[in-house]
Amino acid sequence: MAAGRLARTMAHFWMILGALIVAFPIYYVFIASTHSVQTILRPPLPLLPGPEAAANYGEAFSGGVARIGGVSVWRLLGNTTLIALGIAIGKIVISMASAYAIVFFRFPLRMACFWLIFVTLMLPVEVRIQPTYKVMVDLGLIDTYGGLILPLIASATATLLFRQFFMTIPDELLEAARVDGAGPWRFFKDILWPLSLTNVAAIFVIQFIYGWTQYLWPLLVTNSNEMNTIVIALRKMISFADADTPWNLVMVTSVLAILPPILVVVLMQRWFVKGLVETEK
Amino acid sequence: MARIRLQDVRKSYAGQEVIHGITIDIANGEFVVIVGPSGCGKSTLLRMVAGLEEITSGTVTIGDRVVNTLEPRERDVAMVFQNYALYPHMSVRQNMAYGLKIARLPKAEIDQRVARAAEILELQPYLDRKPRALSGGQRQRVAMGRALVREPAAFLLDEPLSNLDAKLRVQMRLQIRDLHLRTGQTTLYVTHDQVEAMTLADRLIVMEKGVAQQIATPHEVYSAPATEVVAGFIGSPAMNIFDARGEAGSILLPGGHRVTIAPRSVSGAVRLGLRPEDVEIRTAPGNTVPIVLRSVEWLGADAFGYGVIENSDTPVTLRLTGSTRAARGDRLHAALPADRLHFFSPRDGRRVPA
Repeated sequence: MAAGRLARTMAHFWMILGALIVAFPIYYVFIASTHSVQTILRPPLPLLPGPEAAANYGEAFSGGVARIGGVSVWRLLGNTTLIALGIAIGKIVISMASAYAIVFFRFPLRMACFWLIFVTLMLPVEVRIQPTYKVMVDLGLIDTYGGLILPLIASATATLLFRQFFMTIPDELLEAARVDGAGPWRFFKDILWPLSLTNVAAIFVIQFIYGWTQYLWPLLVTNSNEMNTIVIALRKMISFADADTPWNLVMVTSVLAILPPILVVVLMQRWFVKGLVETEK
Repeated sequence: MARIRLQDVRKSYAGQEVIHGITIDIANGEFVVIVGPSGCGKSTLLRMVAGLEEITSGTVTIGDRVVNTLEPRERDVAMVFQNYALYPHMSVRQNMAYGLKIARLPKAEIDQRVARAAEILELQPYLDRKPRALSGGQRQRVAMGRALVREPAAFLLDEPLSNLDAKLRVQMRLQIRDLHLRTGQTTLYVTHDQVEAMTLADRLIVMEKGVAQQIATPHEVYSAPATEVVAGFIGSPAMNIFDARGEAGSILLPGGHRVTIAPRSVSGAVRLGLRPEDVEIRTAPGNTVPIVLRSVEWLGADAFGYGVIENSDTPVTLRLTGSTRAARGDRLHAALPADRLHFFSPRDGRRVPA
């Protein structure tokens, strides 16, 4: 088994190396958030946490970020959470509803609808950003949560994923439910939804992070600082002149921007692994 | 409980007719089995009664209501599917109670019905398990239980035993028969297995290519098959059927052999049918047909001889006794009892009276 052990050691070596390479920038952000601006600006940056952690985080939460960006870090986190949740939940609702219609109902132009949704996969947000912006202006949704969330909740990807999942549900299950007296709504609520939970969890994670990290759209559709997301605020905190930028606070904000998505991944992962083990079609 | 009437029920897919007009009046409490080879339309017919397939023309009546356009839930039927179709995320109890819950029955009533079904089907120890923790036979019983608790006008079963192994199938077959005797539920049962069909049915619908070849009791279907198709399908091993020529009280067989069949009489070309178990083996010739054996299958109590009529290629299957010493190459004298012969028209395969 010597060869086997060597192979395993090598495998571990490469995996650990890979993990370090991926994790290092994030670690560095954290390290930088515990040093003063002076230390950060005088290379090389230390590899170990500094003494300023409490001061930096204290300042960030007690108005330091607000002084630079014009809005408190709490407001930023709140905005971003609201938008990310809105986008994730909105996408799940819309894509599940459309996938349900496409898979379980027969209606005229059913396949045309499917292909229409499918084609939008090929148009990235950036391509249709001008017309979308115009629509938002006409609807008076600039600088509102609606304007931030609504244009982003249509999702061909999620619709497609739900469609593929729904198609694996055996016809007999639907028929058994029909004979048992379940109408379309009850079938969805009592049978399809519980069976979809693991998929919902996975898509929620992906879409929450998608929403959390949105940059271009929030930048366009918001003017007031009050409506900023944390990612936009980060950008606004960085001045062109390096020395004018409070790097310690930028780094604190970065850490705060990273934490919620990590939290969501970790929490949901445990949950959908449990789901994967428990459900069986 | 209710009677079910089908009146010239037809089904077409894209202009192609697959069920060609089935008419049957099923009495209250009757157990009717639809049997036929795969693709004969038997499941389609059942699903039309259930409301899972649209009825192209004709009427289906359950109780006093024409149900043609009613949703399955409005037809008051319960169905057992081939792969059981249990809800994977619900416990056995929830699976059985689901239909009742939708019907908004009082909780106490639901509990009582589930408990009773569980007792009949011996499912009490499994009520809180999920379907994946059950064996095939247990799942099958849960599917039965789900239908049972509904106390519907009719039970519809679509090949309920075909996913079980042979031993369990026999067991469940007896249990279904027993259940029907206890509940007296009007039942429509689809199978391709003729043993299931013969043992369970009060009446059979033998289907082939979307046509009801014969609707009759198992005994009638066996002893007087209405068509050559039915004759070939029911009975194991299958009935010997070959071309023959009737001539005033006698019949000319392949190979030039002539046997008298008086007092019966047919004339002209016919298809002659004779079950392997009806052939009598004689020790000496005399109004017999010589059969040359090609192989013998010994099964213990029985043995089956496979041979040909001498001087022809016409294959014949014979049932021999378990104590037979017959072997490949032997020449047997087969007598054809006149009252056991079946005659079919070579044109349309219908039974010819003789």
